Amino acid sequence: MAERRARASGGGRPAVLIPYAWLVLFFLLPFLIVLKISLSATAIAQPPYTPAFDPAAGLAGLKAFLAELSSDNYAQLVADRLYFSSYLRSLEIAAVSTILLLVLGYPVAYGMARVARRWQGLLLVLVILPFWTSFLIRIYAWINILQHDGLLNQLLIALRIVDGPVTWLATDTAIYIGIVYSYFPFMVLPLYAALEKMDESLLEAAADLGCPRWKTFWLVTLPLSRPGIVAGALLCFIPIVGEFVAPDLLGGSSRQMIGQTLWTEFFSNRDWPAASSVAVVLLLLLVVPIVIYQHQQARELERA
Amino acid sequence: MAGEVETTQMSDGAGGAQRNRARWADPAARPLVRFDALTKRFGETLAVDALSLDIFPGEFFALLGPSGCGKSTLLRLLAGFETPSEGRVLLDGTGIDGVPPHRRPVNMMFQNYALFPHLTVEGNVAFGLKQEGLPRGEIAARVAEMLALVKLAPLARRKPHELSGGQRQRVALARSLVKRPRVLLLDEPLAALDKQLRGETQFELMELQARLGTTFVIVTHDQEEAMTVAHRMAVMDRGRIVQVGTPAEVYEQPNSRYVASFVGDVNLIEGRLAATGASGSLIDSAAGARLATNQRVEAVTGTTVWVALRPEKLRVATQAPAANENCVTGRVAEIAYLGNVSIYKVRLDNGLIMKAQLPNLTRVVERPIGTNDRVWLSWTPDAGVVLTG
Repeated sequence: MAERRARASGGGRPAVLIPYAWLVLFFLLPFLIVLKISLSATAIAQPPYTPAFDPAAGLAGLKAFLAELSSDNYAQLVADRLYFSSYLRSLEIAAVSTILLLVLGYPVAYGMARVARRWQGLLLVLVILPFWTSFLIRIYAWINILQHDGLLNQLLIALRIVDGPVTWLATDTAIYIGIVYSYFPFMVLPLYAALEKMDESLLEAAADLGCPRWKTFWLVTLPLSRPGIVAGALLCFIPIVGEFVAPDLLGGSSRQMIGQTLWTEFFSNRDWPAASSVAVVLLLLLVVPIVIYQHQQARELERA
Repeated sequence: MAGEVETTQMSDGAGGAQRNRARWADPAARPLVRFDALTKRFGETLAVDALSLDIFPGEFFALLGPSGCGKSTLLRLLAGFETPSEGRVLLDGTGIDGVPPHRRPVNMMFQNYALFPHLTVEGNVAFGLKQEGLPRGEIAARVAEMLALVKLAPLARRKPHELSGGQRQRVALARSLVKRPRVLLLDEPLAALDKQLRGETQFELMELQARLGTTFVIVTHDQEEAMTVAHRMAVMDRGRIVQVGTPAEVYEQPNSRYVASFVGDVNLIEGRLAATGASGSLIDSAAGARLATNQRVEAVTGTTVWVALRPEKLRVATQAPAANENCVTGRVAEIAYLGNVSIYKVRLDNGLIMKAQLPNLTRVVERPIGTNDRVWLSWTPDAGVVLTG
């Protein structure tokens, strides 16, 4: 125990510094810049906000700079119902998508973990294979499939499941199809990793103790794959909340997801401070629950 | 009918060992487990080969053999994890081949223990009882009773990863015993423990089995373990049973060179059968001596036979003994001092290496026999066993 703690605090070694340097350079620093912009006001200037920080002005300049920062943009986020509705819709779509991904991904991951070893490699490649094509192109392909006279409608009509073409595009269904399709590997891989390392003798032990197969799944397999479920859900839920491409290309124009709202603020309105405040709130919305969850997990581990 | 009487007797464990010993010798006794011409193939490999075996109620039975001999497969056939290719498994006279594992009244203790990592010790032990749909109160009472029996009560709330190897082994044992199985199957139950703990646990297992009277079938590759715990043991080789008997029968009267050398240490002297009769046999050996045994051999004179001699049954002398029979000579090649005994490897004049084991009866550091000394090994006519195969 003492040895492990010593290693954890041994921050002086270069190997430990690399991830920290990475995080500072590519996460903390950009975040601070975004945070700063979110506290600024729009301006018709280059860059399009004030105040700009001028290190040459010294301490007085810094004071003046800090005095000019304001939380107006955040007040605006609360005041305007549009933002709240966008956040809510994003969380809703992310939640439903994550549940769909779990329901669809679990059987696939379970099957992959249970087939003979020599097939597992091939199946893994097949799951990852879509990554070899650009994400954008794959979403455009879905437009093709889902459009009025697209493949899906042709198939449904040929099979006499429907009489006439169904409207898929510009509906929530299309958004869910696009998102579930895109994030499928992110759900399957962690689930597979958790299920694959599960000791099969545990299933035999459960059977030996009088537990039928379906019940063994609920009592043994599912609880033991919880780390995979949590990892897969987080890996999908977090980016889906901020998803832009699928809702923008496949969805309708009714209610925007927060990613679309942010895009509009940034590119159409050229309101960098408002876009930044949207981004900061989005980040907090996602990070805070995860930190709480992790904290609780750690406490649970300590108690055990 | 006989079987029912036996099962009722099973529960009063005290003094059971003696009565159980007689059981397999009694022709009227009905076996609890019967393997009937059982064959199991995995593709091309024959794991179990037309094997027949009876195990009686209340027995502590050991399946002994090297890895890959089919002993674990036999256990898994009984537990229901494998289905026989041919033949039948009978429990209490009824075929159980169609019965899935979760409906069989047998429980298994797995080699790696297979404890549920997400459940506490208590949860693991209660798991099987919950499947039976017993009332909560009864489950709690039986779990507590079982945990007390294996001395784990204070650790009931721990998770498996917080236990030592020995404690995990007890949880696994408790979990399989709490269901009160007709037969408890133990698959190399002590293999993961260190030597000291294994020795203690062997005696605990025996005590537990005697107390509960449950039929135990243990699979092991460790002959010492099998001999320690079991009432009877079956020595297996390539899917077949080579010999079944009490540990003493198997050790003192092995029926083949395979059994003689797998169970314990042995010297095998090859020779030709010179004469055999009711009073004994004479064998001419290449080792230079005429070997006499008091055993009648079922073979014609002239047949190649082997005399099997346990190292502890040899006398070692630094002077030639008077009798010429059952005596060979050579030089000490190596001495292994084990504390309680010393093992002398003697190279005979014809090159054969023989092992002799002598107890170290006195507290001297310098033993009278040293390396390269000429010694004479001799034995009595009842020390050797003549083997024809």
